[in-house]
Amino acid sequence: MSHFEIKAYPEMWQSLDMDVERFDKARLMLGEAYEKTYLSQKNRPKSMAYFDNMIAELHGARIKELLEAKAEGRPVIGTFCVYIPEEIVLAAGGICVGLCGGSQGSVPDAEKILPRNICPMVKSAFGFKAGRICPYFQAVDFVYGETTCDAKKKTWEILDKMVPTYVMEIPQCKNPRDIVLWNEEVKDFKAKVEEVAGKSISESDLAAAIKIMNNKRQALQRLNGLRHHMPSPISGKDGLLIEQIAFYDEPVRFSQKVNELCDELVDRINQEVAVPAQNATRIMVAGTPMALPNWKIHNLVEGAGAVIVNEESCIGTRYFKDLIDESVSTMDEMLAALTDRYKEIDCSCFTPNDERISQVIKEYRDSGAQGIINYSLQFCHTYNIEEIRIREACEKEGIPYIFIESDYSLEDMGQLQTRIEAFLEQIGD
Amino acid sequence: MYIGVDLGSRTVKMAVWDGERLVDHQIAESGFEPHRQAEKMLAGFKAKTVVATGYGRHLAADYFADQAITEIKAHARGIFHYFQDCTTIVDVGGQDSKVIALNAKGKVSNFQMNDKCAAGTGRFLEIMATSLAYTLDEFGRAALATEQEVQINSMCTVFAESEVISMKNRGIPRAHIARAVHGSVVSRLIAMLSRVGYGETIAFSGGVANNPCMVEMLRSRLGEVIVVVPEVPDIIGALGAALYGAEK
Repeated sequence: MSHFEIKAYPEMWQSLDMDVERFDKARLMLGEAYEKTYLSQKNRPKSMAYFDNMIAELHGARIKELLEAKAEGRPVIGTFCVYIPEEIVLAAGGICVGLCGGSQGSVPDAEKILPRNICPMVKSAFGFKAGRICPYFQAVDFVYGETTCDAKKKTWEILDKMVPTYVMEIPQCKNPRDIVLWNEEVKDFKAKVEEVAGKSISESDLAAAIKIMNNKRQALQRLNGLRHHMPSPISGKDGLLIEQIAFYDEPVRFSQKVNELCDELVDRINQEVAVPAQNATRIMVAGTPMALPNWKIHNLVEGAGAVIVNEESCIGTRYFKDLIDESVSTMDEMLAALTDRYKEIDCSCFTPNDERISQVIKEYRDSGAQGIINYSLQFCHTYNIEEIRIREACEKEGIPYIFIESDYSLEDMGQLQTRIEAFLEQIGD
Repeated sequence: MYIGVDLGSRTVKMAVWDGERLVDHQIAESGFEPHRQAEKMLAGFKAKTVVATGYGRHLAADYFADQAITEIKAHARGIFHYFQDCTTIVDVGGQDSKVIALNAKGKVSNFQMNDKCAAGTGRFLEIMATSLAYTLDEFGRAALATEQEVQINSMCTVFAESEVISMKNRGIPRAHIARAVHGSVVSRLIAMLSRVGYGETIAFSGGVANNPCMVEMLRSRLGEVIVVVPEVPDIIGALGAALYGAEK
């Protein structure tokens, strides 16, 4: 069997001022991890081939596309947050990409500068830039930062010295005056994107971009709905992978490929083809995002014979559950409709955040899960504390529940495996 | 014979159940190859089923065991054998500590486990005993013999060790420090118990339940609650695994 490999583009990486030697080692390790985690799965849908290729070309073909766009003067903007109004970037002819931030490998680079006891995603992301080992970071015109957590908002000040970092203020409450501020921030962001693009965004540009993004979010909603079928026609690992790829792929092509996969899944359901065993325990994950290549929890859960059927997460339903109203046509109305959609995202950085508690329960019911794993990155105060309310809601509803706080390191794999297996035993008993 | 093997972080435990009673048990150091150690212990027994639990459960299943269950399930089953009315278990082993809540049928209804650090575990006590030049046996006895207690603030093994060193250098008698170390572990266990909630009787299992000071401090700090300790607390996981095999 030929080994899966993430393809190498040393000359292009050199031109991006990357640490090529080190990056090449990371590439081989990631390729191995992918083969072990993904290609060893049995009975995968054929349409996953496209997404496998997106991983093989993670540091190649997609980067080439970004550089071509840049050569045409189109802006390329990096982000770590689902609050970025992507529609505005698209409307200006630009590209929005999620940056690297899901791996332990870059954490030591960050810890040379940043405090150790902060969020692993922030450390990992910062380390990728500091170590020059993420081609996306090297290719962007600027980084979109926001104010959704203290670790991020103070890190932007340091990151800005290495790569231009634009900060959009996201309020902490959702009162009418906060929404006014939010709408102003959306307009400022539009001005910033227009400045980088060297063109102004027309109403028809924005309307077209809204349509593209709505289509993309609908494709992901469709996939999520199919995962809820019992038994699931696709593994949770593959579901998560597609949600991760959603952050860097070209949106029109991506939507088409997700829909093709969904067509195949519909056929599978009709032919009663399933990935997990008929009696596999169905688990829903809620909580903080799992950035590529963070497959830790999914690996453990599915390794123990269960299947994950839903991610209530930024890399998950929070990214695609809401659409923008397409019935309005003036620029102001469209920007207001856009703000309206983004304010529906129920990140734990908001207070109060009651919507999220009911959303978790709703997704649990919709997905036909038998238990919830609430996952929080270490030191993520808002998700860690909101855990209490999610737990209380689950106790009230009689939903089997476990909370896991973890980072990207592998030291706690033994303990996590025991806890996850014991949780599955508890559901089975 | 139905055999349960608990491949723990420090020791391998084996329990032999003949369908009616516990007929034999063994405890040995894990060594470098815990599954080999377990195989040695199994030699000479004719087992109908071998069920493995503990950290090495999957390794054991790869080599010789018929099935693997987690130590959480195994402890629940083992404790239910001795104390049917008990709905709360505190299990402190070498690498982790757990609080397990049981329903009336003895099934796991909730559990908490320490995270990846060694605080609140047998390993923590071992490191602290070493830094005070006690053997493990002396450590618990010395701590029990004194009433004097100073406070250790740090829960982290690394920081607690520095704290212990600075106490030694302030001239605080080592027995007092030993008691403080026990107190810090007990505080941690009580915090976990409070999170899960506990009943009128708490069963204390795992190797650390052999430490008389741990048992005494857990009893005195919990007040009204009855703390029960099985005769050989180390083998509860292995016994639970054996019983599980017998019921399958």
